[in-house]
Amino acid sequence: MKEMICICCPMGCHLQVDDSDKTNIKVTGNTCPRGEKYAKDEVTAPKRMVTSVVRVKDGVIAMASVKTSAPIDKAKIFESLDLLKGIELVAPVKEGDIAYKDILGSGVDFIVTKNVAKK
Amino acid sequence: MIEKNLIIIGGGPAGLAAAKSAYDSGERDILILERENTLGGILNQCIHNGFGLHTFKEELTGPEYANRYVQQVLARNIEYKLGATVISVTNDKVITCVSEADGLVKYHAKAIILACGCRERPRGGINIAGSRCAGVFSAGTAQKLVNIDGYMVGKEVVILGSGDIGLIMARRMTFEGAKVKAVVELMPYSSGLNRNIVQCLKDFDIPLMFSHTVVDIKGKDRVESVVIAQVDEKLQPIMSTAQEIKCDTLLLSVGLLPENELAKFANVQLSNVTGGGVVDDKMMTNVEGIFQCGNVLHVHDLVDFVSEESELAGKCAVDYINNGKTESDYVELQTSGGVRYVVPQKISRKVDTGELKLKMRVANVFKNRRLVVEVDGEEIFSKKRPVVAPGEMETITLKADQLDKVSKGQSVVVCLKEV
Repeated sequence: MKEMICICCPMGCHLQVDDSDKTNIKVTGNTCPRGEKYAKDEVTAPKRMVTSVVRVKDGVIAMASVKTSAPIDKAKIFESLDLLKGIELVAPVKEGDIAYKDILGSGVDFIVTKNVAKK
Repeated sequence: MIEKNLIIIGGGPAGLAAAKSAYDSGERDILILERENTLGGILNQCIHNGFGLHTFKEELTGPEYANRYVQQVLARNIEYKLGATVISVTNDKVITCVSEADGLVKYHAKAIILACGCRERPRGGINIAGSRCAGVFSAGTAQKLVNIDGYMVGKEVVILGSGDIGLIMARRMTFEGAKVKAVVELMPYSSGLNRNIVQCLKDFDIPLMFSHTVVDIKGKDRVESVVIAQVDEKLQPIMSTAQEIKCDTLLLSVGLLPENELAKFANVQLSNVTGGGVVDDKMMTNVEGIFQCGNVLHVHDLVDFVSEESELAGKCAVDYINNGKTESDYVELQTSGGVRYVVPQKISRKVDTGELKLKMRVANVFKNRRLVVEVDGEEIFSKKRPVVAPGEMETITLKADQLDKVSKGQSVVVCLKEV
């Protein structure tokens, strides 16, 4: 039996996960279905949403914020973040623009979360 | 003097939601005054996700959440001014504002909503001894430098305070290549959300040291180390436990304070618990026609609740503009038994809108309790809570039939009780 705190939303439900049978993982303590999915992922293949910033050339501010379009493997967070280091977007950038396509072959993109107008 | 029906001071989440709601309640003569060069307030630098689950039923980043409201304000053609700093508000609702575009302008409004947000408690507010070297930042300042201006603030970091901003910045600094050596928390518990302890600290094996504080900052030009020590039950450092941690940066996440300088000008009564105004169930302060909502009223954990509260303030301000003040008989809400504060602090009627939301914080971590509302000793509301903590705002909703039991002259107490 593992205890964990669900990170899907700010509720922070305390979950109990019985993963003694890997084909039939039992989750209790969750108040919504996302908690069950989170707990199952967490004991098999943990994933995280990743947010960061990328540089913007000629923008009214220096950086545009980005997020992964879906959660990515927790183990690959830092490798994924490294991909953003060499990038410079050119203003104007818009919320929803793709900053980096197909992170490490995962099919997940880094997408821009903030409009940055041209200076 | 320029006449306006409604002026909203602050174009962050509170001001935007109040403006939208005021418009939707029929008001067209609205002006938002924002001192920054962009709408959206602090959300613009909160690039992490987790916003909007209540309001939009999806998980957004801070800038995305802000933009939802900005778009709604733009779609309604609500007037706003950027780079416009309000320097005074009087109790007869005269606002003095300065901006590069317009110079010094005086406005008079029928109603004012103060939506000015909060500030971080600075180093001077907690009196840490030690060198006045560079490298000590409030966590929010560091967040702005990294996320908006693109400057990295340090390489080896100690964070004092485990509130949400401290936790979020621990991860943020780690993502940017810094080594976060410890998050040090004075209290025996964190005031941050559990999910942030998991995904910002545990994920990266960052130690969280409860009942510890920073007792010294060392360094000549730049921070070279900080000394931390355990504290006793009275929160006094036990110097025999002192240890030195080498680092070049100290981030302070030691509390947020509602920014109420303008409210003081206008003689708005402030609460010495929340640091915000004392308001009634229509979000009106003691000064007729001056309303408050969002973090200037009391510091929230979730922006969703800021939006909700501010939409109520917007609607009530319009109601005041159209009908004047309609209540005078207030029932003051008292707190006891572990409840530190409740907002609103007073209710003015047998509520006509059907229900009333009360928001509160508790003074300590308690397990297996009930949140209770008592009227003259009789319980009219009770809700079981397996765990309550100071870091998580509690909300209760009183329905019309429960509120019908409240009338003038009665004692209404919000408290925690054993299950």
